[in-house]
Amino acid sequence: MTTDIIARCRGIAAAHAHLDGPLLPVLHAVQESFGHVPVAAYPALAEELGLSAAEIHGVVSFYPDFRTEPGGRRVLRVCRAEACQAMGAAALGEDLKARLGVEWHGTTEDGAVTLEPAYCLGLCACAPAALVDDRPLGRVTADRLERLAREGSA
Amino acid sequence: MSLTLYLPLDAAALALGADEIAEALRTEAEARGLDLVLKRTGTRGMVWLEPLLEIEENGLRMGFGPLEPADVPALFDSAFEDHPKALGPVEQIPFFARQTRLAFARCGIVEPLDLDAYRAQGGMKGLERAMTMTPEEIVAEITASGLRGRGGAGFPTGIKWKTVLEAEGARKAVVCNADEGDSGTFADRMLIEGDPFCLIEGMAICARAVGADRGYVYMRSEYPQAIAMLDASLRVAREAGILGDHFDIEDRVGAGSYVCGEETALLNSMEGKRGIVRPKPPLPAHKGFMGRPTVVNNLITLASVPAILSEGAEHYRSFGLGRSLGTVPLQIAGNVRYGGLFEAAFGMTIGELVEGVCGGTASGRPVKAVQIGGPLGAYFPRSLFDTPLGYEECDAAGGLIGHAGLVVFDDTVEMGAMARFAMEFCAVESCGTCTPCRIGAVRGMETIDRILAGDPAAPAILADLCETMRAGSLCALGGFTPYPVESALRHFPEDFGGAREAAE
Repeated sequence: MTTDIIARCRGIAAAHAHLDGPLLPVLHAVQESFGHVPVAAYPALAEELGLSAAEIHGVVSFYPDFRTEPGGRRVLRVCRAEACQAMGAAALGEDLKARLGVEWHGTTEDGAVTLEPAYCLGLCACAPAALVDDRPLGRVTADRLERLAREGSA
Repeated sequence: MSLTLYLPLDAAALALGADEIAEALRTEAEARGLDLVLKRTGTRGMVWLEPLLEIEENGLRMGFGPLEPADVPALFDSAFEDHPKALGPVEQIPFFARQTRLAFARCGIVEPLDLDAYRAQGGMKGLERAMTMTPEEIVAEITASGLRGRGGAGFPTGIKWKTVLEAEGARKAVVCNADEGDSGTFADRMLIEGDPFCLIEGMAICARAVGADRGYVYMRSEYPQAIAMLDASLRVAREAGILGDHFDIEDRVGAGSYVCGEETALLNSMEGKRGIVRPKPPLPAHKGFMGRPTVVNNLITLASVPAILSEGAEHYRSFGLGRSLGTVPLQIAGNVRYGGLFEAAFGMTIGELVEGVCGGTASGRPVKAVQIGGPLGAYFPRSLFDTPLGYEECDAAGGLIGHAGLVVFDDTVEMGAMARFAMEFCAVESCGTCTPCRIGAVRGMETIDRILAGDPAAPAILADLCETMRAGSLCALGGFTPYPVESALRHFPEDFGGAREAAE
């Protein structure tokens, strides 16, 4: 299985190697395919892109979006920024953490939902806002978010 | 019988249920045997009215909103006339009628991927004119327009383009900074989702002016709908021959890092590196993406270019105030009654916009503070509401206009908590390159906690820390975090307990 993942990561890297500065597109594509960036694939990615495994690690660990372990079946991104705070985002975040039993970046015990903070989703005029996977939601409540995040991911 | 309706597909409209309205419209039309043509446009920017449905009557677009699925059957019953959610002609709604739409002229009107509609509404005239001009003439036109960077720094765009035009380099690049991370801003997202060809046209004009063969749009992963729309629009533009071997545009997607909105961190990120800030010099205009001379412009700067070329520099600079010329898409958000995007000439006052145009708070309570320019912008109290919205004017009032986002807070906000959040945000997002930002933000949080706990020694320490961050940080993240912190302390000392007064 791991060998297969590594081979597929190598293929993804090779497909992007013609770009100037291919690493971020590669990492996005790898995470899209596997839900995370497997550390075991670093040497293969490095080889294809002419980088060191340390450089891959440095980049993966810098960006909040990239994870090296699988996340939940759905990712719930809740905005913590000022415009959403003006409409109660601080209390919303606390409520969600309590309902899901996780801290920020945590995944529920049943693996259904990962809770991520976001610093602005550009939905500031219908705050507080969130994304359930890629679905934008405005004027949200904790009730509705929890329901949508768990929907079909139980 | 055929029925044509217009409904936004902008992320904010989707966030408020536009797709559910679309579904209800289709169901209802089918039940009535009507042939529904549902055109999905961008948004007009009146977010409190979303989902906002429009129908054309006698050349006017009539609006209905904010809609819920349950409203739909009655809309058909009333033949789209007399309905409780009827708003009349959309462009006569005061919020819309008071605007001057140049960059957003087509947003909310056309289907974003309909190139013929883009041309019919005046699109491509700027690029067509640019093709008849020399690079020097284009740069001169942009310089004469007075256009300045809409990302917040306000650097004259013409000077930046001239520097790249004159720089030596076998290849040059145009980079659109669409890493719109400031809370309270969504103009970049709205333009890409509503009128992506405007950006493509602006970048193509820039490429011709400076001699670039490649363009890049650095997008945010937090904007999945905008990414999809940009990609689709690039395909259409390639098929139409607007993009091709002579000049092509790629999208690049960030990965949740705020500091990548800083131009040198953005270039590092595009090159596949950690998004850390580069010292300047060298300027990106001399050595930018992959070492090539590079224009890095904010999306709204580039989207302002087509109208300047099509209508002329004199037309553009006839709007504005002082050295802030042209129009600016003001974005009003947070706790606001009528929130959205309001494109207008520079110079409207904060109070006129927030209370006159936008109706004050959504909660109905008094406005206490308005943060302008994102998480690195100052909090303005009511006593400064006569400040005109312009680069120098906001600066003189102790703040900055930034990317022109205004976040409204009512009187329940605790400014001590907001000041602490500014430091927390800086700590979370610091790239770690320079010490004042990396260490200062953490110490700043601790020191604000001490102030809030009543420590009389803490305010002086915070003032000293802010001075160090302002003077010693490599970029605006550490350098501008003192704006929200100190403006909160200065204008709302009562929210920091008695410690501050004791220290003075």
